[in-house]
Parts: sequence; structure tokens; C-alpha cells
Amino acid sequence: MNIKLNVPDISARPTDKCVTKLKAERVNLYYGSFQCLRNITLDIPSCSITAIIGPSGCGKSSLLRLFNRMNDLIHGVRVEGNVELDGTPIYDPKIDVAELRKRVGMVFQKPNPFPMSVFENVAYGPKRHGIKSRGELEEIVEKSLRHAALWDEVKDKLSQSGLSISGGQQQRLCIARVLAVEPEVILMDEPCSALDPVATLKIEDLMRSLAEDYTIIIVTHNMQQAARVSDTAAFMMMEPDRAGVLVEYGPTAQLFTNPKDKRTEDYITGRFG
Amino acid sequence: METRTAFHKRLREIQDDILVMGSMVSKAILRSIEALKNRDLDLAYQIVADDKKINQKRFEIEEKCIELIATQQPMASDLRIILAVLNIISEVERIGDYAEGIAKIAIMIGDEPPLKPLIDIPRMAEQTVDMLRRSLDAFVSRDAEAAKKISAEDDTVDQLYDQVFRELLTFMVEDPKTITRATRLIWVAHNLERSADRVTNICERVVFVVTGKMEEIGASKY
Repeated sequence: MNIKLNVPDISARPTDKCVTKLKAERVNLYYGSFQCLRNITLDIPSCSITAIIGPSGCGKSSLLRLFNRMNDLIHGVRVEGNVELDGTPIYDPKIDVAELRKRVGMVFQKPNPFPMSVFENVAYGPKRHGIKSRGELEEIVEKSLRHAALWDEVKDKLSQSGLSISGGQQQRLCIARVLAVEPEVILMDEPCSALDPVATLKIEDLMRSLAEDYTIIIVTHNMQQAARVSDTAAFMMMEPDRAGVLVEYGPTAQLFTNPKDKRTEDYITGRFG
Repeated sequence: METRTAFHKRLREIQDDILVMGSMVSKAILRSIEALKNRDLDLAYQIVADDKKINQKRFEIEEKCIELIATQQPMASDLRIILAVLNIISEVERIGDYAEGIAKIAIMIGDEPPLKPLIDIPRMAEQTVDMLRRSLDAFVSRDAEAAKKISAEDDTVDQLYDQVFRELLTFMVEDPKTITRATRLIWVAHNLERSADRVTNICERVVFVVTGKMEEIGASKY
């Protein structure tokens, strides 16, 4: 299937900052002989939130993981086509994957703090990247925790275990851990599915404030969440051979009020799926 | 596989409610003209009283829509349907008010001798009611083409209104004693002309439900 996709209308956001941050062109992804993604082409605008929705197994997470090469960790994976970050092909053999993952951070479904203190969780990344000064680390930790809207809640428990705080706080700790290495893009794979509604709304609120400085891509099963937080939305589904394709991609308001493709309409109104 | 059967069933019920409300209002318009023609004051008072039931029905539908928005987070065409329902019921309710207005004019006229036999005014009423019924059918069957066609028929009602106005004006010019009675009939015709305009607004909502576009289709002469 060949769908013509336009760069989404991002005119509502500051235009000088908004450029194409990530680009996928005619991407096919295989796990061994199984084709997981077929002919995916899309441009992800910077300083905005892009949501990927679709039924289970349609390749949403595989598409997300394409952008920081997390799929490389799976045995037998093969990528065809072109994926770019700021115009640089990221599947080029010369690319330093660790550096790429520093620029493109990731938050997972289940909060996964390291079994160490709140402070050490956030300081872990910067330390790995060579920062040793205690003062500098303290500054990074505070800034990251503030940015993740967690500082006020944990400033007195920095030495407590990261596993001792609530689920919602743990997830924001994981976001702070990502922010500490100053990424440009944050990939979020179902970041709220293990959280209660209030913690979910806090994360969503945080995402909106982070979108001013970062490019965020979120995979979510929760359509209302996609509608609430994102600027642009992509709807994916499986073809009969189970390969994931991109059906529709456009401004969120349009996709959820007047989708162009009948399959999107049927999915978001619960007429299939 | 349909996954939101309960929600979609309630959405269909709301659309059935609109048809019921439409039929209440159609009846009110036709009966108001009957009351006027036959000097039937009892019927006129009945129409005024029945308008409360129409208003009640409108609030009932509105509450159901609000509940669905609050509890079901409707999207895409489901959202457009609910938004259209909210608009359409206010148009239909207003047409009900025009019927009540005509009944009140009939009460005002009381048993004054008729100025002339009513011919064009009942035709205006029939045309308006026919347009109203078909516009609601077009909504339920999501027929944007039919809606556009119905909207264009507003011209017929406008022409009849012109005709009634000119005729009554002639009466008034020839014999100023007819001014009061003629003016009251002009009010009746005006109420019908406005009702037909409201139907064109309903038609616009049908187009919105089908295409997602808000557009004015067929601007009225008045």
C-alpha cells in the first residue's frame, strides 16, 4: 500500500522551532522471515507530541523502537528503507548507537527504576557519560527532577530507594532519568498503562510541558489519551499477513473528529478492533 | 466486529427521539393552521399547552447527549452525530415555538370575521412540514445530497411568503380597516418562513455529520 502523507500542520506551534526531527521513508521491518512493518513513511515534527495508535500487534512499538534502534537487540531483525534523525541516517553502520540512544531516550510501560536511590537513578546516565563532580551531578539531578515535576515530592527522600516511591512517582523518576542525559527525543511506550488515573493525568500534563523542548512520540492503547496529549496522530493496523501499515497520519484534532480513512473511523469509534 | 454495541444502541435511541420530537413539531405546525382556519380556539390553547411537552422532549434529548459525551468519550462520526443532535433539537424546538406563536395569533384573532380564505398559508405550512420531516430522515440516513436538495426548496416557501405579503398589502392599501387582520396573517406567514429557514439549518448539520464540513447551504432570501 502506498499512502501519500503530508507533513502534519504544525502551524499552531512556534514555527521557528518546528522542523522535521525524525523521518522514516519506505521502511520495512522484519523479524526473521516475519514482516512486522510495511512501507512506513512519516515525518515527525520537532517540539511536539506524536501519538501512535492502533490495535494490538499492529507494530506500534516496533515503529517506536525503530527510532532509537532498540529493535537491534532482537535476534534476526532486519530494517529496509531510511530512518533519519535531523537528516542523518541512523541505520548507517558508522552511527554510534549509544550516542543515538542518548539523543533519543525511552520511557517504558512499567516504571523500571534501578534498585538504587532516587538520586543515583537520575545521576546514573550523566555518570556513565563521564560527569564526576558531585556539585554538577546534584545540579543535574535537581534540574531533571524539577523538569519531571517530581522534585517537590522527592526532595527529602533523595537517598531512599527508587523502588520505595509510588508507581506514578517511579514513572516520573524514569522520565527524570531520561531527561538527565539531555535527550532531544523521548520515546514513550505505553507510559501510563500501569498507573492510576490521577498519576496518568500528571504524566500527561508533564508531557505537554516537556513538548516545548523535546520531541515526544508516544505509543498508547488509550485513544482518549492520544486525543488529549498529542499534536499529531498516526493510526496503524495489520494487513492480512500481519504486517503493520500506516493507515492515516495527521493533526490529532482532525484524526479524532473527521478521519479521512474509513478504517481509522471504524477503529476509533469502536466499530472494529 | 462491533465493540461498542451498548453505546451505539443509545446513540440510535437518541436519533429515534429526534424523529419523535420532529413529529410532535410537525403536528403542532399543521394543527396551528387548522386552528387558524377553523377558528378553533380550544385547539389553539391545546397547541400552546403542548409546546411544553416539546420543550421537555428537547431537554430530555439534550441530557442524554451530555451523558454520552461525559461517559463515553465519543469520537469521529459518533462525536459529530451528538454535536449535530444538540444543534438540531434546538432548531426543531424553535420551530415548535413558531407553531405556538401561530396558535397565539389564532387566539388573538378570536372570532373576528376572516379577511379571506386561507390558501397560500396552508401551502407554506405543508411545504415546511414536508421539508422538516425529510430533513430529519436525511439526518438518520446520513444523506447529505438529500439535505442539500431539501435546503434548496426553501425558495418555494420564500416565494409563497412574497405572494402572501403582496396580497395582504393590497388588502391594506385598498381598505385600511383590514390592517390589523392582515398584519396578523403576515405574522403567521412570517413564522412559517422562519420555520423553513430553521429546516435549512438542520440540513447544514446533516452535511456536517456526513462530511465533517460546516458550510452554509442555500442562504435564505429573508
